[in-house]
Amino acid sequence: MIEEQLGRCVVSWYPGATGVSGAAKLSGGASQETWTFDIVHPSGNVGAILRRAPPGYGASPGRAAGLDAEATLMQLAHDAGLPSPRVMHVLKPEDELGRGFIMQRIEGETIARKILRDEQFAKARPILARQLGGVIAGIHGLAPAKLPKLREMSATKEIADLEREYRSFNWPRPVFELALRWLRERDPGPSKEVTLVHGDFRHGNLIIGPDGVRAVLDWELAHVGDPMEDLGWICVNSWRFGEIDKPVGGFGTREELFAGYEEAGRKVDPDRVMFWEVMGTLRWGIMCCGMMQRFRQGLDHSMERAMIGRRSSETEIDLLRLLAPRGK
Amino acid sequence: MQDEPTPTELIKAVADFLRNEIAPAIKGHNAFKLRVGMNALDLVTRQLALEQGSDAAEVARLKQLLGMDGALIELNRALCEKIARGEVDLQTAGLAEHLWQTTMDKLAVDQPNYASYKRELGRKGS
Repeated sequence: MIEEQLGRCVVSWYPGATGVSGAAKLSGGASQETWTFDIVHPSGNVGAILRRAPPGYGASPGRAAGLDAEATLMQLAHDAGLPSPRVMHVLKPEDELGRGFIMQRIEGETIARKILRDEQFAKARPILARQLGGVIAGIHGLAPAKLPKLREMSATKEIADLEREYRSFNWPRPVFELALRWLRERDPGPSKEVTLVHGDFRHGNLIIGPDGVRAVLDWELAHVGDPMEDLGWICVNSWRFGEIDKPVGGFGTREELFAGYEEAGRKVDPDRVMFWEVMGTLRWGIMCCGMMQRFRQGLDHSMERAMIGRRSSETEIDLLRLLAPRGK
Repeated sequence: MQDEPTPTELIKAVADFLRNEIAPAIKGHNAFKLRVGMNALDLVTRQLALEQGSDAAEVARLKQLLGMDGALIELNRALCEKIARGEVDLQTAGLAEHLWQTTMDKLAVDQPNYASYKRELGRKGS
């Protein structure tokens, strides 16, 4: 059924296209879906991705930037020469596909365990941290005047948001209390420089090939704020997938990441990055608790959602390793 | 008194059946979901084996730390309030040790294969 609608849509803006084939849902909850499909064309099919909120799901929840903003950011990144898919089409009401956009499909891997272990990525792993540093610098360098309207965040606001959410669970977690206290006491205040922040720059949202990074995906949590946030988030232990001595995604060092960032003409503040790494660790722990709440409230009654609640203790041990390390 | 077999024995029997007979026959997304399900059963088994002992030790530590009596969740709420108000912190004798032990006991149930946990377990005696 979706192939028919997609076919009609694609034919209306892609010269020579005759329809689509092979549409398959890649992921999605109730409010947001990702589909892969091929645009059928006499000179060869073209891989494409649909990212949409189905009809009936209009406004984006809470922190989400919204699909229109996501499309704009992805195209800005592409135009700036950053690894990003090209946006082919922003959905219109007459497409009857809901809200969202269609982008170029980029081949590669997003699954961390494969990227960290498979032979085909052996040459990519040693260069990735430096490469990603450069990409993050590129994102932070996008012209503010061209950005869509995004929420503005600061460390102070983020601490308050996390605390409010944690308190809403009404379940005592002394390690989270300790982390909140630590963050409040060390809040570095407003960043001197405020830039676009990707907000979820980590495994799963990066397409990696044997040659290195090929695309940055998922601008859902993009906002304007302290650029050091993105550098801290990618160092959170939860994204190291067992390779805990390689802080950047389980493949690289902070020094490599920072070198890539500074080569692109930007400055790193390592203390601020460490502050955001602690914040990010707590944030992921609270997100795990939040997903468990969705399970309990019956919004998503799956085993996966239930079990992710039992992963928040992983962030507690990581917080203790950061805040109260035991003898070396 | 409830009769035998114990909950642990029942869950293990189900988990073994799923692992040995069903898992090899299932593919795709359901194979992933089945793995999650088996992990959940294993977690419950670990909790049934470990919870009593670790809860009792946690209560004892909290009573000592807080100088008060109460149920485990109430003691934990009291500790949270004290941390939030800054009345206890990492300089307070026994707090870091308590949080470490409590967290290690959680990981022993939740994710005993988590790399940070295995690293810290190797530090035993420190």
